[in-house]
Amino acid sequence: MSALLEIEGLEVEFGRKLPTAAVRGASFTVERGETHCLVGESGCGKSVTALSVMNLLARGARRRATKLAFKGNDLLGLSDSGMSRLRGNEMAMIFQEPMTSLNPAYTVGSQMTEVLRRHKHVNQRAATDRAADLLARVGITAPGLRLGQFPHQLSGGLRQRVMIAMALMCDPQLLIADEPTTALDVTVQAQILRLLATLQRDLGLGLLLITHDLGIVARIATRVSVMYAGEVVESAATADLFAGPKHPYTQGLLRCVPAPGKIRRDQPLGSIPGTVPRIGPAFAGCAFRDRCGFADESCAHTVPLHTAGPTHEFLCRLPA
Amino acid sequence: MSETTPIAIEVKGVRKTFRVKGGLLGHDRHVVAVDDISFAVPQGGVLGVVGESGCGKSTLARLILGLLPPSAGEITVEGQRVLTMDRKARARLIQPVFQDPFASLNPLARIRDIVAMPLIAQGSFSRAEIARKVAEMLERVGLSAEQGTRLPTELSGGQRQRVAIARALVLRPRIVVCDEPTSALDVSVQAQILNLLAELRHDLGLTYLFISHNLAVVEHVASDVAVMYLGRFVERQPTEALFAHPEHPYTKALLASVLTPEPGLGVPDVGLGDTLPDPANIPPGCRFHPRCPIAEPRCAVETPPFKARPGGGVECLLVL
Repeated sequence: MSALLEIEGLEVEFGRKLPTAAVRGASFTVERGETHCLVGESGCGKSVTALSVMNLLARGARRRATKLAFKGNDLLGLSDSGMSRLRGNEMAMIFQEPMTSLNPAYTVGSQMTEVLRRHKHVNQRAATDRAADLLARVGITAPGLRLGQFPHQLSGGLRQRVMIAMALMCDPQLLIADEPTTALDVTVQAQILRLLATLQRDLGLGLLLITHDLGIVARIATRVSVMYAGEVVESAATADLFAGPKHPYTQGLLRCVPAPGKIRRDQPLGSIPGTVPRIGPAFAGCAFRDRCGFADESCAHTVPLHTAGPTHEFLCRLPA
Repeated sequence: MSETTPIAIEVKGVRKTFRVKGGLLGHDRHVVAVDDISFAVPQGGVLGVVGESGCGKSTLARLILGLLPPSAGEITVEGQRVLTMDRKARARLIQPVFQDPFASLNPLARIRDIVAMPLIAQGSFSRAEIARKVAEMLERVGLSAEQGTRLPTELSGGQRQRVAIARALVLRPRIVVCDEPTSALDVSVQAQILNLLAELRHDLGLTYLFISHNLAVVEHVASDVAVMYLGRFVERQPTEALFAHPEHPYTKALLASVLTPEPGLGVPDVGLGDTLPDPANIPPGCRFHPRCPIAEPRCAVETPPFKARPGGGVECLLVL
């Protein structure tokens, strides 16, 4: 059986005069029942990758790939209407800021039932029942009351729970979550991630979770792909990645996660100087070389792909 | 900190309530944002204030900055009542850095003009002096002269937060109130900004009030940590002591919700339940009891006494 989501050699470019290569040859798969984390800093192309799977890229973006398939079916040649039938139905997505992705003018109930009525053609009554069930499922007490409320009447954590319930309305097989907890308090973040992990396991979802925080990745992922400047620079099973991160960028990201009780007060925190560069389509060599402590002249030309185990790969001149 | 260190910030019995209109038929409600808080921060000290959204930590910041009058109690900075101080003198003494560097910088002004604004507002600096001070400060926070000529939209989130820090420090204040200065940033950039703030405090002898919802973030910068819940400090201790022996169940929950990069541990159950704190409806007895994993019946009735500890104390009926 083919993987749930297969991405091979994905390229996304923006702009005509000064083209930016947002994604450069990214490849990974999401299997049924696994949580695959895409991790990297702002501007590394992780959100663009997710949006190009859903075909929700901004107008003017150019998407190419050797393969982009959902359950073995090609997504690249799919018509807009064919894509609309999948989106929100078999594959669903939740975003970082639930306030901007919920419509402030409609009640929670009408937004939740719309997706089900549209894709599954069920009546309003059955749709409302399902919405109430799912709100209870995501840990919302008094779902009947919440269905009649507007998004502004809910707290940030509740809104994100509503978003998750809404994404589950049509029983998707693939759920893409783009920084679902970044705008939330740490206490609520832990609750939402725990909920996602439980749902993923109980419903056998394929979950593609996007985050900038390796602390989250460690706790929830089955597999990890680290993205930098549009490329997947390291990919491994979670335990392998944390036991032996190979790419200097992954090592740097790991040093940035604050761990209570392990900080020497007189020492600076680990950090990666600089920011992700914006690069054009003709860029050659390693994009991390300007921020890397191990870079030499060879990094400006070729970057070999190394393997450090059966499912552990990384792009760097340094050997495993 | 020795007994003779002068006090930079002193807060005595401060209370702040807001009246919220009850709508067409409802009654007006009183929200108690800060409920009888007293503390002092010695010169050169850093008090980290940690709590969830709605606990009153930002209100506390605005009271100390003199942007809001307290409903009761008194706040002095370096011995002067903050409310009755001359605005220009106050600006030379105490400055804020806010969370969102996207919202707090004028999008139409060049970076160097944004940083120059506090100097211009003083009305006593020559053009040459302003240009010199701005250039010095930009360099001090790690921005180039060329970046000074750009607009905020042309900079990354971390660079924008550097601009906000430069603007806060250009008058060489003695006290800086940082309200969630890294919450909108990637973890990798967060580390850079925390290091910069720690370095500036050391080099310029600053005093900070440092607010965050994440305990792990304040560990590196704070000398003392206060945990705030529904308007009160429920625990306060020197940083090392708090992280080594957290006492209040809420402090423990906040610590448990920090996701350290340790695979295999899964997402923790923070044990706070789904009841969210409502500052308009503070529970009787211990205000934390509805969410407390170890609450006993008496916690709903008795007000927890303050139990002193070296350099702080804790408010819980169940600790010895």
